[in-house]
Amino acid sequence: MDGMVLVITSGKGGVGKTTTVANIGAALAALGRRVVLVDADIGLRNLDVVMGLENRIVYDIVNVMENKDLPVRKALIKDKRVESLFLLPAAQTRDKDAIKPEQMKELCEELRQEFDYVLIDCPAGIEQGFRNAVAGADLALIVTTPEVSAVRDADRIIGLVEAEGLRGPRLILNRLRPDMVKRREMMDIEDVLDILHIDLLGVVPDDEAIIISTNKGEPIAFDNNSKAGQAYRNIARRLEGEEVPFQSFDNPSFFQRLRQLVGMDK
Amino acid sequence: MALLDFLSRVLNRDEGSKETAKQRLQLVLVQDRASVNPHLLEELKEDLIGVISRYLEIDLSAMEINLESGGGDTVALVANIPVRQVRRSQQK
Repeated sequence: MDGMVLVITSGKGGVGKTTTVANIGAALAALGRRVVLVDADIGLRNLDVVMGLENRIVYDIVNVMENKDLPVRKALIKDKRVESLFLLPAAQTRDKDAIKPEQMKELCEELRQEFDYVLIDCPAGIEQGFRNAVAGADLALIVTTPEVSAVRDADRIIGLVEAEGLRGPRLILNRLRPDMVKRREMMDIEDVLDILHIDLLGVVPDDEAIIISTNKGEPIAFDNNSKAGQAYRNIARRLEGEEVPFQSFDNPSFFQRLRQLVGMDK
Repeated sequence: MALLDFLSRVLNRDEGSKETAKQRLQLVLVQDRASVNPHLLEELKEDLIGVISRYLEIDLSAMEINLESGGGDTVALVANIPVRQVRRSQQK
């Protein structure tokens, strides 16, 4: 059966698209799925360093599109940690006009024959780079943070994605800070859903472990002890069709822990 | 500082900045969505004409309808619909 092509997009830059792509990809591959990550941010190549694969690039996405004799598989970089995870890097020395939506569509069709999931890292903005990235996708995952500017841009992107004819987009709420939500100084999950009216796919807590893992080029989804890693693994399982309850990020109170201890609470 | 914050919140019944964020977003999105979707205002205009025409004869060429910031924290639907004549009997 043909694989699914997902584009990860946000409108606003800096909300964590690339980290999201790397970690959902890693988590899906860890579940045994064949996954390819496509960096569509031409000229601002980043997914390779987040994945820790920057030293192994030979060919990039523009090489593949411009050279008919170069098969895609020769440009794919195999991940060091998981068997079934691959990366198609962006070109660093070209710009967004180096590829066309039509070429992107062909590439996605080819990749979906070989992979269960094709995850496309979309550039920020709503111009040509965005249109290229969404051209071959079935479904969009919208990444936002609980901030006014990011949610506003997410709303705009949801409209554009629907206009492109993609299936109902799903939301990933990134960098939630439970302590601030508790103090009512940050919008909560319900507040953002109230405004955007789309299905929630996952909530990723703000976690300094993400910065540390990105420093090392190790996706945090491989870290079994981190809440953010757990959040990405949950997203992967939901994409697989599993019903996974949303995590609670509150630290349990003394009494809750006591009740758990004596078995009064699950 | 934290204690001061806490006290001022308890004393003032402060809602926290998240309510402000949410309200500002809801207002700005009313305008964003209307400008992204110009058909929306056109369709609303057509429907309004239909309803009003049952009671009043209006000057379609001079009719104006827009979403405007009402100042502060509101967005208003502002319509200017010149009336030519009041219909004597309501058309069914």
